[in-house]
Amino acid sequence: MNPKSPIPASSKSVTRRSALKKLGAAAGAASALTLAPGFVRYAQAQSSAPIKLGFQVHSTGIGAAYGRWYDRTTQAAVALINEAGGISGRPIELVSEDDGTDPKRGAEVVEKFASQHKVDLVFGTLFSHVVIGAAPRAGELKMPYFVVSEGYHVASGALNRYVFQPGITDVRSQVSAMAPWIAGNLGKKVTMIFPDYAFGHDHRDFFSAAIEKQGGSIAALLPIPPTEASYTKYFPQIPADTEVIYHVMVGPGVLTFVKEMGEHFGSQRPQIFGFVDSLEAVDIASPGLEFLDGTYFWEANPRYAGPSQTEFDKFFREKVGVDANGASVSDPKDISTYSHMFGCWETLYVIKQAIEASGYQGPADRAKLIEATEAMTTFAAGNEHPQGDKTFDGKRHQCYGHQFISKVENQKLNVVHQTSIEDGMYENDTDYTKQAL
Amino acid sequence: MEGTVTAFVLALTALGLSLVFGVMRIVNVAHGEFFMLGAVLAWGFTALIPELPFWGFMLALLAAPVCVAAIAVIADALVLRRLNYEPEATIVATIGLLYILQQSVLTLYGPNAQPVVAPISFRVVLPWFGYSGYKLVVIGAAALLLIGVWYAITRTKFGLVMRATQFDRETAQAFGVPVKLVYAAVFALGAALAAIAGVLVVPLQQAHYLMGLDPLLLSFIVVIIGGLDSLKGTVVAAFIIGLSDGIISMFFSPTLAKIIATLAVALVLVWRPQGLFGARAR
Repeated sequence: MNPKSPIPASSKSVTRRSALKKLGAAAGAASALTLAPGFVRYAQAQSSAPIKLGFQVHSTGIGAAYGRWYDRTTQAAVALINEAGGISGRPIELVSEDDGTDPKRGAEVVEKFASQHKVDLVFGTLFSHVVIGAAPRAGELKMPYFVVSEGYHVASGALNRYVFQPGITDVRSQVSAMAPWIAGNLGKKVTMIFPDYAFGHDHRDFFSAAIEKQGGSIAALLPIPPTEASYTKYFPQIPADTEVIYHVMVGPGVLTFVKEMGEHFGSQRPQIFGFVDSLEAVDIASPGLEFLDGTYFWEANPRYAGPSQTEFDKFFREKVGVDANGASVSDPKDISTYSHMFGCWETLYVIKQAIEASGYQGPADRAKLIEATEAMTTFAAGNEHPQGDKTFDGKRHQCYGHQFISKVENQKLNVVHQTSIEDGMYENDTDYTKQAL
Repeated sequence: MEGTVTAFVLALTALGLSLVFGVMRIVNVAHGEFFMLGAVLAWGFTALIPELPFWGFMLALLAAPVCVAAIAVIADALVLRRLNYEPEATIVATIGLLYILQQSVLTLYGPNAQPVVAPISFRVVLPWFGYSGYKLVVIGAAALLLIGVWYAITRTKFGLVMRATQFDRETAQAFGVPVKLVYAAVFALGAALAAIAGVLVVPLQQAHYLMGLDPLLLSFIVVIIGGLDSLKGTVVAAFIIGLSDGIISMFFSPTLAKIIATLAVALVLVWRPQGLFGARAR
């Protein structure tokens, strides 16, 4: 055995003999069975030991619908990368852990990845309260933590040098790009309905500021507690002179939320603009949602394959198993979270690029990996970035891409506007590169 | 209006909790899970005959409470009876039951919220906004059930036996009341009431494995305010909480409504620990 071998630390203390013993003795222990043969094989060719990626996934709890699709997208991307020879010639070994969409368990999962699975890095966290709960632990453990969350918490400078969001644009940029279009096409007096926690507060703060910059105003703000199951009682607070309702909702109650909004307004509704989060994983043709025809949605990635579909999107859909309506190819009722899950795919390709650029060998090279990621500036559209081209700000650890506005017509979403990357740019002075590694 | 729906559903759920406490002296922490089971089973039964949503729902309304009652009887026989209905031990045991039920549903049913189609759908149109007609059905059905339960308790032999057990367990046993049977039946009835509430509510919300926590909390609030062994108090408190929640949410904010409900619990505990209608401890 070469004691300097860069293979995962868990196998360092294992000799060939003990590994073989394990093989024979622990017939029941599946973990030993999978570890041992791999170990024997890589003892000769150390540089081909797998790169272990910890995948923190919301398999249960309020983020379960997102988790299901994040998992499918990730599995597809990992299979594709491995088919093409892996990262630096090393295959990816994906280690998935459920965090129950719970901030406390999120931090525990990061801990478990570091101490038990000994992964090279962690990625995939979505819900902003979980990211905010878990990211400090990742920083303490010096564990690179690539989130796919949309929240502004990365770019705001609130987290630490080990946290990146290179696969999906943050909320501040998204809403800044939406405000001019809303003010110009729908109306200037806006009532906002949003979930009452970090992600919703990003919407509240930055959309309010952006619409006021366009000469608009906020008629009312309706924060909704994240565990709410019934929404009817909130709607009477919408002022009668509201021109546009801006809604964004997450969690298992989203279908109820939109349905009850329809019951409240009937046909005499103001203009409605929603973030598609309010209907991710929900069929727009569900009974009770007919009133949405003629309303508008933000999408990060168009759910319905329209005339402007790129060949990259076609490739992405096929590999993940999504049909032209944004549903699973095996079950047309299983609707994807199409405006978010591409982020996992793109993040994995950014990780690949960063590992290859930095010459990363093992956990000792994590600082090199961080610096190589910070040095990135642009991602070109392609099969690796099917949502489109993006810029990356190494100081803020955040990427910026195009956004879409779609109109509901015949219970389908049709893209009517695409923003430029510049539409979503804003000023702030976050600089993570000044923090120590 | 929204408050009325909350009030009726809450009354049903809390009545089950109050019955179980009144007769068995058990604080059933797993009560909300029976509510959740009702909703999840309703999804299961309506999914059996998707082409006939009305009859599927009727089937769910009958079968789901029966299934939940059966689960409750099993839980009573396997867990509560073996603990001799000790108040402290049963609190811990029902916390365990809560997790067993919740995690079994997660394993078997999955983590996703599933919608159930309402058996009837029409929209009540008011001049300034609209309203789901199904909510009226919920109010009607819940009111009928409340009257039914009241009748069963005050006018039938089962009710008499139950009240006798509640009043004094030993004496009732001495007079030949099958106390064990009464306990099992009351526990089943309490669970079934929560399950019916779950079935009624599920077309308005969606079936989800974590949906039992909110009704549990509200039921406790209601039962504490109303008095732990007073059925009348439970129903009155459900209306106070439900309606004030609706009205305060409408005119101020839903968060304020929750604050006031919790404050009411604290005040009741300080000034009138037996609840508004509870009798002083004997």
